[in-house]
Amino acid sequence: MNFQAIRAIYSFEMSRTRRTLGQSIISPVISTVLYFIVFGSAIGGRIPEIDGVSYGAFIVPGLVMLSLLGQSVSNASFGIYFPRFTGTIYELLSAPVSYLEIVVSYVGAAATKSIVIGVIILATAGLFVPLHILHPGWMILFLVLTAITFSLLGFILGIWADGFEKLQMVPLLIITPLTFLGGSFYSINILPPFWKTVSLFNPVVYLVSGFRWSFYGVGDVSLGISLGMTLLFLVAFLAIVAWIFKTGYRIKA
Amino acid sequence: MNAIISITNLSKSYATGFQALKDVSLEIRKGEIFALLGPNGAGKTTLISTTCGIVRPTSGSVTVDGHDIIKDYRAARSLIGLVPQELTTDAFESVWNTVSFSRGLFGKSPNPAHIEKVLRDLSLWDKKDNRIMTLSGGMKRRLLIAKALSHEPKILFLDEPTAGVDVNLRRDMWALVRALRDSGVTIILTTHYIDEAEEMADRIGVINQGEIILVENKVELMHKLGRKQLTVQLHQAIEYVPESLAAYRLELMTDGTELVYRYDTRADQTGIASLLAALGKAGIDFKDLQTKQSSLEDIFVSLVREGQ
Repeated sequence: MNFQAIRAIYSFEMSRTRRTLGQSIISPVISTVLYFIVFGSAIGGRIPEIDGVSYGAFIVPGLVMLSLLGQSVSNASFGIYFPRFTGTIYELLSAPVSYLEIVVSYVGAAATKSIVIGVIILATAGLFVPLHILHPGWMILFLVLTAITFSLLGFILGIWADGFEKLQMVPLLIITPLTFLGGSFYSINILPPFWKTVSLFNPVVYLVSGFRWSFYGVGDVSLGISLGMTLLFLVAFLAIVAWIFKTGYRIKA
Repeated sequence: MNAIISITNLSKSYATGFQALKDVSLEIRKGEIFALLGPNGAGKTTLISTTCGIVRPTSGSVTVDGHDIIKDYRAARSLIGLVPQELTTDAFESVWNTVSFSRGLFGKSPNPAHIEKVLRDLSLWDKKDNRIMTLSGGMKRRLLIAKALSHEPKILFLDEPTAGVDVNLRRDMWALVRALRDSGVTIILTTHYIDEAEEMADRIGVINQGEIILVENKVELMHKLGRKQLTVQLHQAIEYVPESLAAYRLELMTDGTELVYRYDTRADQTGIASLLAALGKAGIDFKDLQTKQSSLEDIFVSLVREGQ
């Protein structure tokens, strides 16, 4: 293992994050505050408890997931797309670095950043509603697994995209709608049977449900299914990354 | 001298069907400066990119100091520093950070003293904290060299190192390249400036349409293929070359006041003595003589034309 290279890429990516600290952290924090003002106070006050949890507290795991998914995808996709765009990827390809080391360092940096933002959002939420985490170990596991899994998706997106438009298209047109419709702000159990069945095809449902279970001990689907689906996505994205490096897709001519 | 890079029957076809390299075999000797010449699209950058691991070979093999570039890529790549043709840099990063990053990428532990030496050698020390976007084109070019030297490579690839660089900086770079060679680094450079190859290289390879058409010691090449030209300046202009001088294939130039005679330096007899005697017999007086060796550029152009 070329640990020096992993450290170099990881530090390089994290220093990029530090350069854009304001944009990286202030923006999701402001969004979270707005969600709480609108959903938690303005609308949430009129919504009864869901599964014995006040609506303000109910949306906390969903809000964290919303940012976690979006940040993981956009951080990782930008991290690998930018060297492709500027041409500096030549250095990465000509260095004595394995594909595994490249993925570990880029995905690791993207996941770290999104986890930090997730924790900040959680802390921000704590200013509005009393936080109660029933299973902190599971909460950390879901946080880390989701950050890594969706950073892998971002990495794939960054390799696939051949322009900034495509880079933004997937988070905007796919990730955000799936998160909104994935039970972030409501329980899918309150949906009519048909739409509940449709929702079960949305992968984000399982992530939000498992994460919410770690907070309140209740979820839309069982913990085992949530964990299983999260691991399934992780394996699927790993397989795609392995294929990319095996074939050199959009990296090596 | 031992080969540090061995390229054997290397071919590269792109997905478009374009064959950039055709069965190329080449050996680069340890400690030499090797200049790879060729017109645009000849395959120079593909050859470098394949050796460095950026492009996958279609067939053939490349070893770097005995390490196969695919099976033993870590050992092979750690010996190589690459300065690409394009000025590709992280615009928002500082000079110091980007050079330190390159060193780490190649698996070397941090060594601020070495980074400082490299930056000082390349006159970039004053700019170490500057963002790359604030540097001039020449500075960016030097920065790319600094990045390539950050991990103390044994082999340095310079792809068009002086493109767009002013005359003074070019000379500084030549001096730097010579100093690197003197310290034991093997240099492979591609260039469009033939005078650069003539000035710097120990050996020259010419590539055209994906094929190596010649590899030769520079001095030998110029000796073997070089042609000389004798210009005879006449006292009085003449209207035509007399029939008695037809065997010399003279060319009448400058309104009939100069006769140009081209001869092969390899021939036993250059024919100059007999030509001068024949001129006297024909009653043509001359006031001066001038000889000129054909340049590497002339040789290169004629080789590429022959290849086409």
